[in-house]
Amino acid sequence: MARIDLVDLAHSYGGNDAPQESFALKPVTMTWRQGGAYALLGPSGCGKTTLLNLISGIVTPSRGKILFDGKDITPLSTQKRNIAQVFQFPVIYDTMTVGENLAFPLKNRGVAKGEVDARVKQIADLLDLSPYLNRKATRLTADAKQKISLGRGLVRSDVAAVLFDEPLTVIDPELKWQLRSKLKALHRELDLTMIYVTHDQTEALTFADTVVVMHDGRVVQSGTPAELFDKPAHTFVGYFIGSPGMNILPAEVSGHEARIDGHIIGLRRDYGALPAGKKIEIGVRPEFVDVATPASGLLSATIERIDDLGRIQFARVRVGDTKFAARVPPGFSTSGNTAGLIFNPAHVHVYADSQLVEGVA
Amino acid sequence: MDKTVNQKAWFLVLPVFLVVAFSAVIPLMTVVNYSMQDTFGNNQFFWNGVGWFKELLDPSTDLGGRFLASLGRNLLFSAIILAIEVPLGIVVALSMPREGWSVAACLVILALPLLIPWNVVGTIWQIFGRPDIGLLGYVLNHLGFDYNYVSNDVDAWVTVIVMDVWHWTSLVALLCYAGLKSIPDAYYQAAQIDGASRWAVFKAIQLPKMNRVLLIAVLLRFMDSFMIYTEPFVVTGGGPGNSTTFVSIELVKIALGQFDLGKAAALSLVYNLIILIVCWVFYTVMTNAGTDRPAKEGVA
Repeated sequence: MARIDLVDLAHSYGGNDAPQESFALKPVTMTWRQGGAYALLGPSGCGKTTLLNLISGIVTPSRGKILFDGKDITPLSTQKRNIAQVFQFPVIYDTMTVGENLAFPLKNRGVAKGEVDARVKQIADLLDLSPYLNRKATRLTADAKQKISLGRGLVRSDVAAVLFDEPLTVIDPELKWQLRSKLKALHRELDLTMIYVTHDQTEALTFADTVVVMHDGRVVQSGTPAELFDKPAHTFVGYFIGSPGMNILPAEVSGHEARIDGHIIGLRRDYGALPAGKKIEIGVRPEFVDVATPASGLLSATIERIDDLGRIQFARVRVGDTKFAARVPPGFSTSGNTAGLIFNPAHVHVYADSQLVEGVA
Repeated sequence: MDKTVNQKAWFLVLPVFLVVAFSAVIPLMTVVNYSMQDTFGNNQFFWNGVGWFKELLDPSTDLGGRFLASLGRNLLFSAIILAIEVPLGIVVALSMPREGWSVAACLVILALPLLIPWNVVGTIWQIFGRPDIGLLGYVLNHLGFDYNYVSNDVDAWVTVIVMDVWHWTSLVALLCYAGLKSIPDAYYQAAQIDGASRWAVFKAIQLPKMNRVLLIAVLLRFMDSFMIYTEPFVVTGGGPGNSTTFVSIELVKIALGQFDLGKAAALSLVYNLIILIVCWVFYTVMTNAGTDRPAKEGVA
């Protein structure tokens, strides 16, 4: 159990001299508290697995330090770091029974037999694996195997953090929910620091207290699911989280107003002094824009289609050349394919070069 | 559904039928036919029933004694080369590089002995071991070892075994290497996290994953060594005395040297049967080895 500090941590597979733009992980400094449930979320190739492998020690960083409880463990081998890792595909020792699999890490560390048995039994109970203890591990289903991989990590009492590398990839959808709830329950029960890598936003948002969104080797935002949804710090976060993602529109912003195609949208905050020469955009989630019958005061858009998601309907519209999604309020009916858009000013954010700009209240 | 009946379809089976008939069935039945008869040349045959088979299994007769003695030598030879080549092949495979240009270099070097024709291998070692002009024989004798494979039984055996190890360990190594390459990195990473020692990694991951290829390697090497003929024949000619006369060498002596077709046919049928049975036993045992069986006692 440990607090994890990353200090100016960066990694390049091409060596330290490679240009920083090519780094798999660009320098990051952050602190993960003991007992937290973290998700590293991002598309393939964004550096999340690299970051995970740096923490577990499979990869040695080209730059920076990793501290567990303030102690520098960067030069230590995987073995000495006391971490547990669950991989994308279940890793099972084929010739061993479930019980022997769970006992393996303890036996390797020379723990006394009585203690091993007690610990294995305890973990097997926790993971509902007790009925299978004497069965060959190879014959079990993928989700049971994944539980064994996890169990091999948990069986050590000194484990500092449990790392998950897209552990549910090979699990059936129905079992994914069960296994994820199990992980959540384990987290509450064991007070372990857990780090979960995934590209699935539902998995990340349901598992973690803190979601760390990565993009192109950079941590773009780290926050609670609500923060990521309400106030994306980067247009990528807005776009990546939420379904459909956030609408991003090029705009001219001054004071309390954003101007799109000559149409003015009111803003809640004052953006008096925007940095010059940057690309200015506004971002608003589809949930906070309603389509309405066209009127003179409203930004007009062309409706392309309406997606009915059951409890909510989204209109896919076009504003100039930009695609846009907006909520269809109950009772709305179209005549023709043009509509006006009503923005909720409290939820319109302004971005300069993709970074959120905080206005003045 | 209506089925079209067309007897001409039999013509499509005919080529296979002919090939199998002439390459396997007819020669085999000819051998079976010979095994029941005796001949004194001139294409004259006399019915002998199962007489040759009875003699074969009776060590007090000349035929039985020679067969059982050569069978014993052959089994000992197979056991020794398996005991050397399998572990050695595994060690070679484990110590091969996993990536880079050196992989290709190692593979080529390993494949070289496998590409050499068997009688050439025999000739190479025959000359290599000669005390007068062979590098090995000359050096050994000058170092004070009294090495002469022509006159000393043990030296002949050592030469034949070392030659086989040199020729065929590569095959085991290449098969094992293929097995090792198919293990995903995650297994090694997990083992590292679990604190497994090098030996534990071998026992828990590498050996089980090589199970299948090892089965194939053992089968191939057993069959080949049990049928070995060319190499020892070229090097020692079965001698000194009969000390390296294996079953196939004995068979050729009887069939072509003495022209005892009946005895030779009976011997070759029994020889064939032994190989079939041993292969079947090997296969059954090794495919069942990985399946579920009750654990010895609780969690160990």
